Amino acid sequence: MKIEIDQDKCVGAGQCVFAAMDVFDQRDSDGIAVLLTDEPTEEHWEGVREAAAVCPAAAITLHEN
Amino acid sequence: MTETPTYPMPRGRCPFDPPPALARIQENQAVTRVRIWDGSTPWVVSGYDNARAVLADPRVSADSLLPGYPSPSAGVAAGRQKSRSFINMDDPEHAAQRRMLTPSFMVKKMEALRPRIQEIVDGLIDDMLAGPKPADLVQAFALPVPSLVICELLGVSYEDHDYFQDVSRKLISRDTTAEELAPLMDDFLAFLGKHVDSKADNPGDDLISSLVVDQMSSGALTRDEIVHMARLLLVAGHETTANMIALGTLALLEHPDQLAALRDTDDPKLVAGAVEELLRYLTITHSGRRRVALEDIEVGGRTIRAGEGIIVASDIANRDATASPEPDSLDITRKARHHLAFGYGVHQCLGQPLARVELQVVYSTLYRRIPTLALAEPLDQVKFKHDMLVYGVHELAVTW
Repeated sequence: MKIEIDQDKCVGAGQCVFAAMDVFDQRDSDGIAVLLTDEPTEEHWEGVREAAAVCPAAAITLHEN
Repeated sequence: MTETPTYPMPRGRCPFDPPPALARIQENQAVTRVRIWDGSTPWVVSGYDNARAVLADPRVSADSLLPGYPSPSAGVAAGRQKSRSFINMDDPEHAAQRRMLTPSFMVKKMEALRPRIQEIVDGLIDDMLAGPKPADLVQAFALPVPSLVICELLGVSYEDHDYFQDVSRKLISRDTTAEELAPLMDDFLAFLGKHVDSKADNPGDDLISSLVVDQMSSGALTRDEIVHMARLLLVAGHETTANMIALGTLALLEHPDQLAALRDTDDPKLVAGAVEELLRYLTITHSGRRRVALEDIEVGGRTIRAGEGIIVASDIANRDATASPEPDSLDITRKARHHLAFGYGVHQCLGQPLARVELQVVYSTLYRRIPTLALAEPLDQVKFKHDMLVYGVHELAVTW
């Protein structure tokens, strides 16, 4: 799994951090989402899929094989 | 031709369910015209997918000053002439202001507040247990918890809580007229203006001070823009969570199996899931998300023309079986994270990380500390907020 975030779209609602705290974080300056890793290990996939599904700005794209 | 139904619609027998007439509209995932208080006929959007599509559409505006925007009441319409915050602006103006606030509501910052919120919750429960019973859970607990927290965050004195809670109540009452609202809003803006001015002279470690220091000094925000932001944050910061605490408690008392499961768990994930399910099930923002089309858009097989008003009925969308199986049952173990209780799109609630921590602390503490908590009046005597733009209970007599 590979993750991309469109930071221009991100609205800083924090939904992704709430879904997968080990994968997503928020930038201190403006609360915009950042990736702690763009290739998470399998135990995080469920949370990452939830993050992508609930992101209010549809700013998270997942590439899954 | 059938008559255009009036909106909002009355609730039916179950006080937790959205209006039956709205449920019938959703049976066909319909987008249909309704008549509102001013005689205008905006579209009401039902269906989970329809709701998300409209709220994510950049051709749809949240600007309450545009012609065709369906204000929820005469009072609110008048209020927004005097005080419009970024939630009623579009991008890029909206995004610029929102991004000044997002750092203050980040998940990690709100998580850092958890011990302090726990302390507030425990202290209020101690006080309630030491006082007379029955007690009104709204005044003794549901209102003070988020009010104390937002006051500390903003740097507003909690001693003024009677004043700002009363003003907030009037601001979101459907019955407040434009004439009543004007002096109320002027007074409230003056009250907040004094806070902003005092922070300019003597900044503290709080959100209003940081806006004054970081944004006003650089010219990014005017004093009045900070006052309007403070108005939004203070009202939204206590009224919504307070309703979720009191109405959520009532819903759990009426679903004893769910209450028992929540009370008996040590699993923070189950508690977090229960918060999401209660947000979905109750959707206290029962006045819908108000928008106006900037261009013609297609939704639910209808064409909404540019300039026409839209009410996205998120309360009924959260009861859509296509998105939430058996939508009318309260099940704290279900996956409910996709709910629209905080809205959707670029305007989705900025304060949701705070609301989540507050509700997680409350729901994991209150029923454990008071395992015998019970309603002290029959359900049909409870005064529900049918008259308010945000749903809940006016009072809740409880005993233990």
